[in-house]
Amino acid sequence: MAREPYRFNTPAGRAFDVANVVVLSVIGLVAVLPFLYVMAGSFATEAELSRRAFFVWPEEWTLESYRSILSSPAFVRAMITTVLVTVVGTAIQLLLTVTMAYPLAKKSLPGRNLVLGMVVVTLVFSAGMIPTFLIVRELGLLNTYWALVLPMAINPFSLIIIKNFFQAMPPELEESARIDGATDVGVLLRIVLPLSKPVLATFTLFYAVGIWNDFMSPLLYLNDPDMWTLQVFLRQVTAGAEMASGELDPNYVPPEQGMKLAVIAVATLPVLLFYPLLQKHFAKGMLIGSVKG
Amino acid sequence: MTAIQPPPTRGVREAVGVRGPDPSRRVAARVRRNSWLYLLLLPGVAYFLVFRYAPMGGAVIAFKDYVPFLGITDSPWVGLAHFTDFFTNPDFARLLVNTLVLALLNLCVAFPLTIVMALLLNELRLNLLKRTVQTLVYIPHFLSWTVVASLTYLLLSVDAGPLLQLIQTVTGSEVTPLTDPGWFRAIIVSQEVWKNTGWGTIIFLAALATVDQEQYEAAIVDGAGRFQRVWHVTLPSIRGTIVIMLVLAIGQILNTGFEQIYLMTNALNRSVADVFDTYVYFVGITQGAYSYSTAVGLFKAIVGVVLVLGADRLAKKLDGSGIF
Repeated sequence: MAREPYRFNTPAGRAFDVANVVVLSVIGLVAVLPFLYVMAGSFATEAELSRRAFFVWPEEWTLESYRSILSSPAFVRAMITTVLVTVVGTAIQLLLTVTMAYPLAKKSLPGRNLVLGMVVVTLVFSAGMIPTFLIVRELGLLNTYWALVLPMAINPFSLIIIKNFFQAMPPELEESARIDGATDVGVLLRIVLPLSKPVLATFTLFYAVGIWNDFMSPLLYLNDPDMWTLQVFLRQVTAGAEMASGELDPNYVPPEQGMKLAVIAVATLPVLLFYPLLQKHFAKGMLIGSVKG
Repeated sequence: MTAIQPPPTRGVREAVGVRGPDPSRRVAARVRRNSWLYLLLLPGVAYFLVFRYAPMGGAVIAFKDYVPFLGITDSPWVGLAHFTDFFTNPDFARLLVNTLVLALLNLCVAFPLTIVMALLLNELRLNLLKRTVQTLVYIPHFLSWTVVASLTYLLLSVDAGPLLQLIQTVTGSEVTPLTDPGWFRAIIVSQEVWKNTGWGTIIFLAALATVDQEQYEAAIVDGAGRFQRVWHVTLPSIRGTIVIMLVLAIGQILNTGFEQIYLMTNALNRSVADVFDTYVYFVGITQGAYSYSTAVGLFKAIVGVVLVLGADRLAKKLDGSGIF
């Protein structure tokens, strides 16, 4: 939008500007307000939580809620499990995606079009939940953490964006490395990957958030409560008596409000910690490769 | 053109560079020279074959009576029996209505709100505030549906939910949104708006950044006011993006998110909550009707393909270019 002030000096224009500032500030606040309540509530006493309907700053600070979730072996186990599965799973998914994207970026590679066609079909058509479940079961992956990582190891869409990014690199870079005697793998490791950091950062975030936030895979593939991830634990803790669909725990005892808030805070925190670090990359990364011509 | 989640279309083939057959005759020599590249390709190809294509083969159980101990190949064929069962089942109409109503509500509420929000952000002249608001409204996109559902329960819980207390004060009635079927759709759409509207503005803001500034100058010379400029210059400039995003959304119409709906479903709101995705889960996984639920899933997948390809064709007709 044009920036010079003279364009906006009609009274109506100025009134609109003021209204716009107010409306957008409110929208920005609404986006984070529920979460501010969760953070504040997780540090508040149980008494304050039942007395005050809504607040973003506790009158009396306490770590009681965190102490009680940390003393729950189920929570600690879910926490450790989720961190490990996310770290290892993201590494595997990124590795598989990058190693597949790099050869596909070579336009002259025989058989490339066939493989690309195979990838594109999966963008349009997928067999669905049940056949995938049966394959995972057939492979003996039920009740293993592999089931949370492998079935969605390569996101075809991310693959194509990374491939397009590799493809758009100037070929001269690679040629000069080849003159120095580098192999395909050497070029990938020493030239291509270092130049792809923003894109790789973006997709690392997407894969990691995907695993961390995943609820469907553990629901489908893990039956053993000892294997639950944080999202499943969170579901069990916060699904109140109203949500008595009974799929998780029939012997339902409502946990304390502060405990629920602390679990939500913990389930959200890693995403919020990485978000500012990666934010400058991902808007750009989203647009790379999806630009035609 | 830009797109966040381009579904798959004929346009994709062009975007990813699928071309005609390679003219070179010395293919064997090139294969040998590129052996490292094939080695790199191998794990990825194996992934697609095992986790994407094997299930497509496994989907034949939609036409069989799958018995686990007989396996997929030895289970008896039943033809289209599961499909006729499904189409004659009273569940079918209910699922179709629930799915379409949710999809259309999202399309009519969430989609325009995204454009309005992008326009408002674009009109904001305080750059610091603009960046701050953008940062804040992208955050909910990265929260899990489990967190969103948990926040919803907390805010609307009958014991102490602050939002419920507000609603009850304003309406003056003892509503219970979490279990009242009449509230289900409003909750789902609100969650969607809260979680994804901000993120959705990225694509429109990128399009708005490319609008030709000289057109604004010309509009001002012609005496256009603030709103006239938005209406006659800004909106027409991003028309292509709007059409494409709309078409993409139409192509995805049957894809109500499984996690979101599942997490908000309970015994009391099933009548409006059940959609194709969750029905497949309840019937297939919890009741073990593998063949029948695979048939339901297959029906949904095929309608999805038709919608995506149709939407792409529509985009080409309306806009002259495909989705990519």
